[in-house]
Amino acid sequence: MSAESSPKIVIVDESPVRAAILEEGLREAGFTGVSHIGEMQNLLARIYALDPDVILIDLENPSRDVLEQMFQVSRAVRRPIAMFVDQSDAASIQASVDAGVSAYIVNGLKKERIKPILDLCISRFNAFAKLQDELERTKTALEDRKVIDRAKGILMKLKGLTEEEAYVLLRSTAMHEKKKMAEIAQSILTASQLLK
Amino acid sequence: MTRPLCIGFIPLVDAAALILAVDKGFTEAEGLEVTLVREVSWSNVRDKLNIGLFDAAHLLAPVAIASSLGIGHVKVPIAAPFNLGLNGNAITVSTSLHAAIMSEIENGRTDPMATARALARVVATRRKDGADPLTFAMTFPFSTHNYQLRFWMAAGGVDPDEDVRLVVLPPPYMVDSLANGHVDAFCVGAPWNSVAVDLGVGHILHFVSDILERAAEKVLALRQDWSEKNPQIVAALVRAAFRAAEFIEQPENRAEAARILARPERIGVDAEIIQRTLDGRLKISPEGALRESSSYLLLGREDAARPDPVQAAWLYAQMIRWGQSSLSPEALRTAMAVFRPDLYDAALVRNGESAAPGRIGAFTGPAFESNDVAAYLASFVIGRQKS
Repeated sequence: MSAESSPKIVIVDESPVRAAILEEGLREAGFTGVSHIGEMQNLLARIYALDPDVILIDLENPSRDVLEQMFQVSRAVRRPIAMFVDQSDAASIQASVDAGVSAYIVNGLKKERIKPILDLCISRFNAFAKLQDELERTKTALEDRKVIDRAKGILMKLKGLTEEEAYVLLRSTAMHEKKKMAEIAQSILTASQLLK
Repeated sequence: MTRPLCIGFIPLVDAAALILAVDKGFTEAEGLEVTLVREVSWSNVRDKLNIGLFDAAHLLAPVAIASSLGIGHVKVPIAAPFNLGLNGNAITVSTSLHAAIMSEIENGRTDPMATARALARVVATRRKDGADPLTFAMTFPFSTHNYQLRFWMAAGGVDPDEDVRLVVLPPPYMVDSLANGHVDAFCVGAPWNSVAVDLGVGHILHFVSDILERAAEKVLALRQDWSEKNPQIVAALVRAAFRAAEFIEQPENRAEAARILARPERIGVDAEIIQRTLDGRLKISPEGALRESSSYLLLGREDAARPDPVQAAWLYAQMIRWGQSSLSPEALRTAMAVFRPDLYDAALVRNGESAAPGRIGAFTGPAFESNDVAAYLASFVIGRQKS
């Protein structure tokens, strides 16, 4: 069985960036047979065509329910598939649901061999979420800085302060009112708009 | 309470009692703080309930039973103290399949036996012509949709595993798949049948109430151990959902209910379509033919909200008929014990008497008896029952 060397892994994910991050991680870890399905139409047919040993799918994907059908004994099923996470793996379920990924294995592949794949998945999914989070925060920080700079400008002009003094005034006001500097700066901008 | 209750739901009209319970303040009046979480798949709802990310969930009744029996997935005992809906699904077929079925029927076009036999003739003709088998979509392996489709077509002589392709498709993808020919028909809950009709790509062939008079569709599902530890919260949830169902069942409240349900963070489709399904007055053909049914979707009236263990037994019998499980007296007891009329009665201070007819009311086959499932199942010719 080819799975003895490197199992065939299919990533079902509509996010091409996340899929690429995961794919790269799996390849680096020595899993060479990795493919990606980003198109959900005829999903089962696509999966059967690739004949994977492991299927990874993100939890935001409604097509997860389609995969559940593969456990059913019926004509459409060419290979019975069992879910990796079973009674003994409550911690794994928790970790993967938290990370937003779910793994399914095809019968015959040993659970010990799946563990490193799932662990890698969880860490890559978490890394992706963190990356998005950081991106979001960087964006906000940039916005905040622009607002603060403009508020400083207004204070300097109206109160004849140096840049340093305007900054200190903003910061101490924020501390005093238990608000963020950006919020104080925003109120200054709003007030100056109103008073124009 | 230390944190708000977290309750998952799928954007479907039969989540109405749960959504209104929160959005109309019935839960708040019971002293509950609730966060509703919209989910994209039944697998997610099941898993998040199982591992405790959700305290409660809007769940397919058969999934609650399968989960309690450990069929197809992790075994987690579920308690269902409230029925969120009876019926509510419909079978929609493409315009071409509709024409093919209708050309095989002389009269009785809403008679499910007539349509099922007509389907059998369509299937036979296609086979003779070497055409691909028809594809029917439903929402989940453990779903009433799956069992309703199977029950119906098998009655006409169509084997759902041999003669057609029966596939799982997420409800939001149903209409597109019908439009582009990937499926020929589907069985799904509201609002998706109406969406297909409005777009002119399908006809509603049956309300599922044509097939079964009363079928438990979605339940309010709780982990059994959690429900035992939090009896007061359970009772408060049941009361809030009951009030919400009562509210929705008042015709003068339907427009407001539909508006709330239509919000993007809830069901996210047009309020008018939602109201049609609440009223049970649906446009069934793109040409505009209307059909009205008092049993299309029951959200609380006729005692619909009170869980009926006989319903659970019937669903378990379907799992056996179609090879998902095998018959055992112990499993039957477990399945029936998922539905908890005792919790419902305790919450609403009722004496345990039910006004409901207490039957499945299938259009064909013997009356269902939960104390003789084996004899009931033996009466069907088509099935995958394991010996």
